[in-house]
Amino acid sequence: MNAPMPSSERRVPDLRRALGHGHVHSTTIEQAADPRRALRRLTMYLSPYWVSLVLVLVLVLIYILLGLLEPYLIGRAIDRFISTRQIAGLSGLAILMLAVYFLDNGFQAISSWLMARISQDALRRLRRDLFEHMQKLSIGFFDGRSAGDLMSRLTNDIDAINQAVSQNVVSLVASVLSLVGILIAMFVLNVWLALAAVLVVPIIAWFTQFVARYTRKGFRELQKELGGINGVMEESISGQRVVKAFRRTESTIERFRASNQRVYKAGVYANTYALMLMPLTNVLGNLFVIVLAGLGGYLALKDLVTVGMIAAFIAYAQNFIQPLRQLANMYNSIQAALAGAERVFEIIDTTAEVDAAADTALPTPVHGEVRFENVSFGYLSGKPVIKSMSLEAHAGQTVALVGPTGAGKTTLINLLSRFYEVNSGRITIDGRDIRDISKADLRQRLGIVLQDTFLFADTVMENIRYGRLDATDEECIEAARLADADHFIRQLPSGYQTQLSERASNLSQGQRQMLSIARAVLADPSILILDEATSSVDTRTEARIQKALLRLMHGRTSFVIAHRLSTIRDADNVYVINEGEIVEQGTHQQLLEAKGFFHHLYVSQFKSLAI
Amino acid sequence: MKHLRKLLTFVAPYWRRSLASLVLLIAVVLIDLAIPRLVQRIIDEGISAGNLQVVINTTLIMLGISLVQTAFAVWNNILSIQVGEGVARDVREALFLKIQSFSFGNLDHLNTGQLMVRLSSDTTAFQRSVQVSLRIGTRAPVLMIGSLILMFVTDRHLALMILPVLLATTLVIAFFVARMGPLFLTVQRTLDKLNTVLQENIAGVRLVKSFVRADHEGQRFATINEEYTQRNIRVMRFVATLFPSMNVLVNIAIVIVIWAGGIQSAAGGVTVGQIVAFINYLHTTLGPLGIMVMLANVVAAATASAERINEVLDTVPEVQDPVDPQRLPPGRDQRVAFVRVDFRYDGVNDGLVLDDVDLIAEPGQTVAILGATGAGKSSLVELVPRFYDVADGKLTWNGMDVRRVRQADLLKQVGIVPQDTVLFSGSVRDNIRYGKPQASEQELVAAARAAQAHDFIMELPEGYDTHVEERGVNLSGGQKQRIAIARALLLRPSILILDDATSSVDVETETRIQEAMREWTRDSTAFVVAQRISTVLRADKIVVVDEGRVVAQGTHAELMESSPVYQEIYDSQLGDGAKLQEKA
Repeated sequence: MNAPMPSSERRVPDLRRALGHGHVHSTTIEQAADPRRALRRLTMYLSPYWVSLVLVLVLVLIYILLGLLEPYLIGRAIDRFISTRQIAGLSGLAILMLAVYFLDNGFQAISSWLMARISQDALRRLRRDLFEHMQKLSIGFFDGRSAGDLMSRLTNDIDAINQAVSQNVVSLVASVLSLVGILIAMFVLNVWLALAAVLVVPIIAWFTQFVARYTRKGFRELQKELGGINGVMEESISGQRVVKAFRRTESTIERFRASNQRVYKAGVYANTYALMLMPLTNVLGNLFVIVLAGLGGYLALKDLVTVGMIAAFIAYAQNFIQPLRQLANMYNSIQAALAGAERVFEIIDTTAEVDAAADTALPTPVHGEVRFENVSFGYLSGKPVIKSMSLEAHAGQTVALVGPTGAGKTTLINLLSRFYEVNSGRITIDGRDIRDISKADLRQRLGIVLQDTFLFADTVMENIRYGRLDATDEECIEAARLADADHFIRQLPSGYQTQLSERASNLSQGQRQMLSIARAVLADPSILILDEATSSVDTRTEARIQKALLRLMHGRTSFVIAHRLSTIRDADNVYVINEGEIVEQGTHQQLLEAKGFFHHLYVSQFKSLAI
Repeated sequence: MKHLRKLLTFVAPYWRRSLASLVLLIAVVLIDLAIPRLVQRIIDEGISAGNLQVVINTTLIMLGISLVQTAFAVWNNILSIQVGEGVARDVREALFLKIQSFSFGNLDHLNTGQLMVRLSSDTTAFQRSVQVSLRIGTRAPVLMIGSLILMFVTDRHLALMILPVLLATTLVIAFFVARMGPLFLTVQRTLDKLNTVLQENIAGVRLVKSFVRADHEGQRFATINEEYTQRNIRVMRFVATLFPSMNVLVNIAIVIVIWAGGIQSAAGGVTVGQIVAFINYLHTTLGPLGIMVMLANVVAAATASAERINEVLDTVPEVQDPVDPQRLPPGRDQRVAFVRVDFRYDGVNDGLVLDDVDLIAEPGQTVAILGATGAGKSSLVELVPRFYDVADGKLTWNGMDVRRVRQADLLKQVGIVPQDTVLFSGSVRDNIRYGKPQASEQELVAAARAAQAHDFIMELPEGYDTHVEERGVNLSGGQKQRIAIARALLLRPSILILDDATSSVDVETETRIQEAMREWTRDSTAFVVAQRISTVLRADKIVVVDEGRVVAQGTHAELMESSPVYQEIYDSQLGDGAKLQEKA
């Protein structure tokens, strides 16, 4: 919001910022821990194009030299022809000037065209590397971070890099080159006038620093207040129903108003300083002209300079102020880009999941004999979650895992799918250690239906097809039918072609679960893993989901994290888990009769029913 | 543009400052324009005439007006920032007030995320357009027109010669500006798509890994990544073409001035100073051209935002107070009656959510509502305090149609525990006292005890003063629900509504809550929505809702006799447990 508006740009200006996409970066001026390293690695992405880059550099050099020539030619035209009133040869000079202008701008355009391809392709590869590497990271990486945080960081970082790279690579080089070039040209033409012009530089530098100090302070404050008001707004809007029901609308509005006023004050303060630079550099530009005209006039009277020289200097001065201003503008966006790049590289440098047995597949057909043998595991060393656990599921059996929250049920499933590796002991399928099977093959054999159903912002059909990418529409519909989802899908506005919104908020929890079951049906896995949903679905829907699941489980080895009595009742074997250990095991009936932990856990639910 | 114009009413209160800021801007520009004239004077009357005094005087004049210009520029800046920030503040406030006036039906259409976007980035986009317009908006046209006039004043012949070039420049700019907005918009849209894929692969990482779809996702990402790259290249090349084109045109004008000017000067038509002034004017026009393009984009962005802001501001609250409200008769006893009530959510679908519901809750009664998800249970209780309006039929309190009473009067009598527990940042005490800030400590503790919340609150690090984090993340679901129950009980409402309020509380605690509540609500009318049958067993009246219709009502015993739906629910949930109980 503080993006200083560059005024007269000769080079490609930062238009995206003007459009309002440059939010975060300009307000939070962050710095990379090791900017040079980040810069080096970013540069590596440009290196495949070194031939084009050299070409661009040459073009930039040429057009900057041509740009330097322009004021000189103007001066010459005035001194040689206009002041002397001799026009023989003026046409030639005019044609020369035209040629210089055309070449200058033409080269500018060509170099920018080349640079567009180079920089965007480098960014494309950076994004690709980032994405592909993220695919290889272990679940542990994602479990340790909040998805929202990771997401917002990545999108902002990518945007920051994009802005800086696409807008600034050429500008930076061109600005520095033209600054140097103009300085040299001015000193060559006239030392006194050049000195007068250079005097303005420290003024701008000092001023930029002065303003930057207050700007930073102002924006820190503004950032804080914006955070505050966002908190107030988010809370009162998401809780509006409660605010209303408890008749707290007025006090809520009062609180908002106070916060809003603080944002206003902080905003005025921060922006007053941030936007000061623009009018003042304009004024400094005029100062240039005045000093040059005044001093030039004095020198001209002493016959030390010519009128053409003064005109040329004024033109140089106007070209001089522009890159200076741009450099000041670029500073922040480059800082933000480097900080962003550093975080992106941090992810790319995170060690990927290793798979020693990447090429080994399970021998087919898979029977589905699964054994856990003395398996121990902890997410953090010294904090075991699973303690020397052994259990088995015979081919085609349904095994229920029950126990209180935090007992380690989900961890067992994480281990079976090798999202995490066991610390000791081993897990086998059909007698083969799963560490000797490639993860891809292993997971293809497993069908996992998670409690937290994830669907993509795509059509219903494509979401089902995710289970098996080469499935035909008919097969998808058949899977939906088996999952008892066909009925509700047909009632959706566009049936199977209905577009799901992000997070599938246009479906109920029960419907989402049925879709994820249909997806698993289509995948036709050898071993099924189910994490039963608890309270989010009502009993009648639950009964239908249950029926669909039973069909799916039929004939497959199934592990179910069970919450429902009916599932437990139908299981071939029930393992009762508490604090990482199997405390009881047997069929539903056996466990009830044992009157142990299971009896306490499940029967206690119904104690209150004695009316 | 229509939307933008509508929002201009927010700028109106600041018209003095806006006008002042524009006047200052014009003054700044005029001084900008004067400088080339003064330089011309130095050349023609000073240098060419050999007059040092003119050089010195003119320089001093230029320095003087430059100082004035600085002051004006800074002043303009401060005013425009004040207006911009002020407008942003006012738009935010208008939006916020509007949102607070929304009834439940309005909120169903706009989620928190969407509203937040309007309050933050949309408001900022509009603010930026106001501020930028005031700071530089008039600068470009004034500068261009001014330069043009002064060029004519300086030398009419020369000015006429370059006029076609300047017209061409204007056309080129118009051409680019028209295409720029849509081009940027497509880039933004593609970026959104790219982010969606990224987001899905972070949020759905387990699924992607389970189904071994890394390659598929990589492919998907690559496609959009490529599209995004291409669109970006197009925009960059667009800009890369625009600016050199403009430069070339202005440069052609400069060459014309030098060439034609040179010829004329030979004939004594123009002076050297005039030609230098011309060149300076052309240089001055070049800058504003870029600004015009940029301004067009700021405005384009603001237009889209303005549309979204207006969408909120134009929303009419669905539930509105009557013009001449009736007073509710005093007294706590409330007999709530649904008389042939139909209900549908506005614009969602054609089907009725509630269909011909007849239901009476006598004072002091507890009415339990049971049924499947989507059966209409929540809608039913939300009609009671008129959070929604019925589509047909009526809802009465002691015979008075709720639509004839002010909603605030209704809400005074109601305590509600919503399905989604919402707590606010603040202490536990603040949260329980939310509906009655003046409640005494005894009242507070009594309500917390009844909600079975007192014991766990005392175990929190700072008891009742423990800070509840945003969305109550430092409390468990059951704890949050119990605080929400205490919050409602503290009001000692004559009508209590519990919408699946104990779903995260274990059965034992739920039973204790129910016992305490029975005492507490002896003279209140209570509605209890539940999924668990254990929650409803002891209600005075159980209402079974199925697909929007009341299919049965009565006590547990009556319904076990008469209602197959009720029996089905009972069996599916408790069949086993009940049998176990019988055995034990």
